[in-house]
Amino acid sequence: MTDLTDLGIAAIRKGVADGEFSATEVATAFNAAVAEAQGALNAFIVTTPEKALDAAAKVDADRAAGKPLGKMAGVPIGMKDLFATHGVQTTAASKILEGFKPQYESTVSAKLWDAGAGMLGKLNLDQFAMGSSNETSAFGNVISPWRRPNDTAPLAPGGSSGGSSTAVAARIAPAATGTDTGGSIRQPAAFTGIAGIKPTYGRCSRWGVVAFASSLDQAGPMARDVTDCAIMLEVMAGFDPKDSTSLDMPVPAWSANLSGDMKGKKVGIPREYRLDGMDPDVAKSWDDGIAWLKDAGAEIVEISLPHTKYALPAYYIIAPAEASSNLARYDGVRYGLRDLPDGAGLQDMYAATRAAGFGPEVKRRIMIGTYVLSAGFYDAYYTQAQKVRALIARDFTRAFEQVDVILAPTAPSSAFALGEKSADPLEMYLNDVFSVPASLAGLPAMSVPAGLDRSGLPLGLQVIGKAFDEQGVLNAGLALEARAGFTARPEKWW
Amino acid sequence: MSTYRIQGDTGEWEVVIGLEVHAQITTNAKLFSGAATAFGAEPNTQVSLVDAAMPGMLPVPNGECIRQAVRTGLAINAQINKWSRFDRKNYFYADLPQGYQISQLYHPIVGEGAIEIQLDDKNPDSVKTIGVERIHVEQDAGKLMHDQHPTMSYVDLNRSGVALMEIVSRPDMGSPAEAGAYLSKLRTILRYVGSCDGNMDQGSMRADVNVSVRKPGEDLGTRTETKNVNSVRFVMAVVEQEAKRQVALIEDGGKVVQETRLYDPDRNETRSMRSKEDAHDYRYFPDPDLLPLVLDDAYIEECRASLPELPDAKRQRYETALGLSAYNAAVLTADVETARWFEVLLAETATKANKPEAEVAKQAANWLISELFGALNKLGKNLETSPVTPAAGGELLALIADGTISGSIAKQVLEKMLETGDGAGVIVEREGLKQTSDTGAIEAAIDGILAANADKVEQFRAGKEALFGFFVGQTMKAMQGKANPGVVNELLRKKLG
Repeated sequence: MTDLTDLGIAAIRKGVADGEFSATEVATAFNAAVAEAQGALNAFIVTTPEKALDAAAKVDADRAAGKPLGKMAGVPIGMKDLFATHGVQTTAASKILEGFKPQYESTVSAKLWDAGAGMLGKLNLDQFAMGSSNETSAFGNVISPWRRPNDTAPLAPGGSSGGSSTAVAARIAPAATGTDTGGSIRQPAAFTGIAGIKPTYGRCSRWGVVAFASSLDQAGPMARDVTDCAIMLEVMAGFDPKDSTSLDMPVPAWSANLSGDMKGKKVGIPREYRLDGMDPDVAKSWDDGIAWLKDAGAEIVEISLPHTKYALPAYYIIAPAEASSNLARYDGVRYGLRDLPDGAGLQDMYAATRAAGFGPEVKRRIMIGTYVLSAGFYDAYYTQAQKVRALIARDFTRAFEQVDVILAPTAPSSAFALGEKSADPLEMYLNDVFSVPASLAGLPAMSVPAGLDRSGLPLGLQVIGKAFDEQGVLNAGLALEARAGFTARPEKWW
Repeated sequence: MSTYRIQGDTGEWEVVIGLEVHAQITTNAKLFSGAATAFGAEPNTQVSLVDAAMPGMLPVPNGECIRQAVRTGLAINAQINKWSRFDRKNYFYADLPQGYQISQLYHPIVGEGAIEIQLDDKNPDSVKTIGVERIHVEQDAGKLMHDQHPTMSYVDLNRSGVALMEIVSRPDMGSPAEAGAYLSKLRTILRYVGSCDGNMDQGSMRADVNVSVRKPGEDLGTRTETKNVNSVRFVMAVVEQEAKRQVALIEDGGKVVQETRLYDPDRNETRSMRSKEDAHDYRYFPDPDLLPLVLDDAYIEECRASLPELPDAKRQRYETALGLSAYNAAVLTADVETARWFEVLLAETATKANKPEAEVAKQAANWLISELFGALNKLGKNLETSPVTPAAGGELLALIADGTISGSIAKQVLEKMLETGDGAGVIVEREGLKQTSDTGAIEAAIDGILAANADKVEQFRAGKEALFGFFVGQTMKAMQGKANPGVVNELLRKKLG
C-alpha cells in the first residue's frame, strides 16, 4: 500500500469510498506526520488530532451505514488559524488573541466539516495575515520543508499562509485552507511547489474569518494539485447571507468540468510584468509556461496592463487603511489579551494591551493605515489609491476583452531564507508585485508549480482569470500542470 | 421672521440654532445584527456576536431600518438618495466594541427636506419652514455603568448596534420657541410615520443643539454644540442659556470657541465637554464590509404608499372637512395617539347618534379637549391609561346629541364612568339622569321661581336683560339639571315676555 500521507484529496476520497483504507487510518497517518514534523517545521499553532479522528470515525460509520459521503469525506485538512473554529483557539497568530476560543464556526470551515473533512489543527501564519514569509507570527516562524542543496539554512514558506503551504508541501496535510489578501495563497504555494487558488472576491464567505482588509480578503484552497483545489473550492464557496459582500451565485461544478484543452483560448502575457532585472529563472519559467499553453492549443497574445506599477503602492495604502480600522476591536475590553497596568485608565489599558498584543509588522500597518485615513491626508492617499484601484480593474476589464486568461509569474523569486528580507519591509512588500493587481481587481487567480530554479527551489506560475471564471483559471492551471510534470518534493530532513 | 432678541450691553443679538436629532428606529432588531432591542432589558442580554464585535463578525443591513429611514424622508418631503453608502467613524471607547461606528458621512440615504412649524396654534401666520439638510442611518453605542463597582466600570452592550436616524436641520431656527416647536413637530411626524416612538425619557430621541449668536445682519458666529439633550423643555433651556452665555462672553471681550458642551438640568447651565482642539480625527472611510445601498423607484413608491395621513394634512382636514377650530385641530393632531383616539370617538359618536361625522365633530372635539383631558389630568392619567374608551365616549356623546342628557349632566355621567367603569347609558338609566322636555314640570318650576323672585322679574321687564341667565340657572337648578335647555329658554321667554 502507498504511504497514505502521499495522497491528495481526490485519492483519499476515492480510497475511503472504495474501502481501500478507512478514514481513520488516513487521519491516524496524518496525525502522526503532523506530530513528527511539528517541532521542526512549526506549521501548526495548535494540533487537534482528536478532531481529525472524530471526523474520520463519522465518515467510516456513514460509509458502513451506506450513507452518502461528502466531497471531502475522510480528508483531514489543516485550517489556517484565521478561521474561527468553535471551541478551538483562534489567534490569527497574534498574542492579542492568545487563548481566544470562539463560540462560533466560520462559514467556510463549517462547510468543510459538513463535507466530511476533519481538522488536523490550526495552521500558523503571518500575524493577522500580514507578511510574505511567515516571520511575523507570535508563535514562531514556520520553516519551509524545502532547503537549498547542501544548505541547512531555514527558508521561508511564503506568507501569509505559510503554515498551510508547509503542511501541504511536507505531506503532513493533504490540503489546507488559505486566505489571500494580496497574494497570501499564491506566493506561499509558489514557494513550496503546491497549487493554490484565490477565487473571485465574494466566492467564499468571510463570516468568521478574522479580518485583515475586508475589501481584499478571500479564502481559498491550497493543495497538491489543480484537481484537489477544484474539489475543495467547490466545498468552500457559496453564498452566505451573513456576509454582505458574498456573491449570490450558484457554485459551478469546477472539478467535473476540468479540462486542460486550451484550443480556441487566448492567453494574455502582460508586457508590464516583465520587469527590468527580472530573475532569469523566473523569466525562463514564464517562457516555459507560454510554451506549455501554446502546446495545449492556446493562442498567446501580448497585452498591456498599464497601471500595474501603481498596484503595489495602492495596495499598501488600502490594505493597511482597512486593517487599522478592522483591528480596532482588539482593545482588551471584551476578549483576548488585556494589559491593565496598576492605576491605569481606559486609554492606558488600550495602549498597554495593543503594545503588548500586536507584533511590529501589525503595528507598522496600523500606523500606515491610520496615517493615510487621517484628516488632511485622506484624499492624497486613500482616495487616490481607490482611483488607482479602479484603473487597475479597468486595465483587466479591457485585457479580458481580448483574452480568456492571463499568465504571469506568481512571485519575483523562489523562496528566500528566513531573515533575508525581514529587516527591510519595502523589500518584503515587493514580493507581492505580481499577486497584488488581481487582488485589487477581485479576480480569481491561482498558482501552480512550474519547476525548480537553479538552486533547486520551486517556482510558481500564476493564472489570472475573469471575474467568476474560476473554471477558466483552473483549466489553464491544469494545462500547465500536465506539461510542467512537477514531481519534485522536499527531501524529508525533519 | 423671528423677533427673538437678546438684549446685550452693546445692543441686540440674534440667535441661530440648528438641531441634530438622533431618533432610534422602531424595529425589533438592530441595524446590522439580528439582536433584539427591548428597552430596559438586563445588561448584555440583547447582544449578538456582531454587536460585541467578535473576530470575523460581519454587519448585514436590516431592511426594516432602511425602510423606516426612507419613509421618514418621504414624510418630510425629502430627496431620497437611490445610492447611499455606509462609512466607518473610527474612535476608541469602551462602549464601542468595533472601535468604529457604522454611519453615513459622505452619502446619506436621505437628502434635503423640510418641516413646517407653527409657533401659535391660533395664528396661521406664525408658520415657518425649517430646512432639513439630511437624514442618515447609523449605529448606537453601548453604555458604560460607573456605579456597579468601587473601582471598575461595567459595559452594557444592549444598545450597541441599535439603529438610529440622525436628522440634521439647517440653522433655520431663531428662538428657543422655534427650536422647541421644531423638535415637537419632528417628534409628531416620527410617531405618525411609526419610525421612532419618540420616547425622549427612554433615550429613543435626543438632540444635539447647535447655537451661535450674531448682531442682526452679520455673518454667522462661532457655534457650540450641546450634546444629548433629551426633552423639548431642555432644548429650549439650552438655547436660552447658551445664547446668553455667548453674548455675555463676547461682550466681555471673549471669544466663543467651537466646542462640545453638556447641559446640566439641575443647574440649568451648559458646561464645556471638549474643545475642537482635542476633537477626534474620526478617519471616516467607506465600510468595506458593506456594499452601497441601492434603492429603486418601485421600492421608494412602496414606502410612500405605506405612509399614513401626516399631521399637517390631518390638521387641514379637521379644519376644512370637520369644521374644527384651528386650535382644536392643532391639539388633536399633535400626537398620533390623540388623533387615533379622536377618530374612533368620532366614528362611534356618529354611528350611535346616527348623524354624519361632520355634524358631531365639533362636539366630540370639544368634549375630548375640555372635558376628558381635564378629568384624566385630575386622575393623573392620560388617553393611553384612560378608563374610558373611545367607544364609551361615543356612547356618552350620542346621548347628548340625541337630547337624552344635557351637557351639564354629561359631566356628571363622565365622572361616574371614570369612577365605576360603567357605560353612559347604564349610568343615565340607573341614576335617572334623563333630560326632561316635559313642559308641564318645567312650567311648574318656572312659575315657582318667578313668584319667589318678583323683584328680579320686574327689573328684567324694565330692561335688565342680563337677568335672563339667572332665571335659566334657577330653573335648571330646580330641575336638577335634567331639563332640556331649549325648552327652558322657550318657556321662560314666553312667561317673562
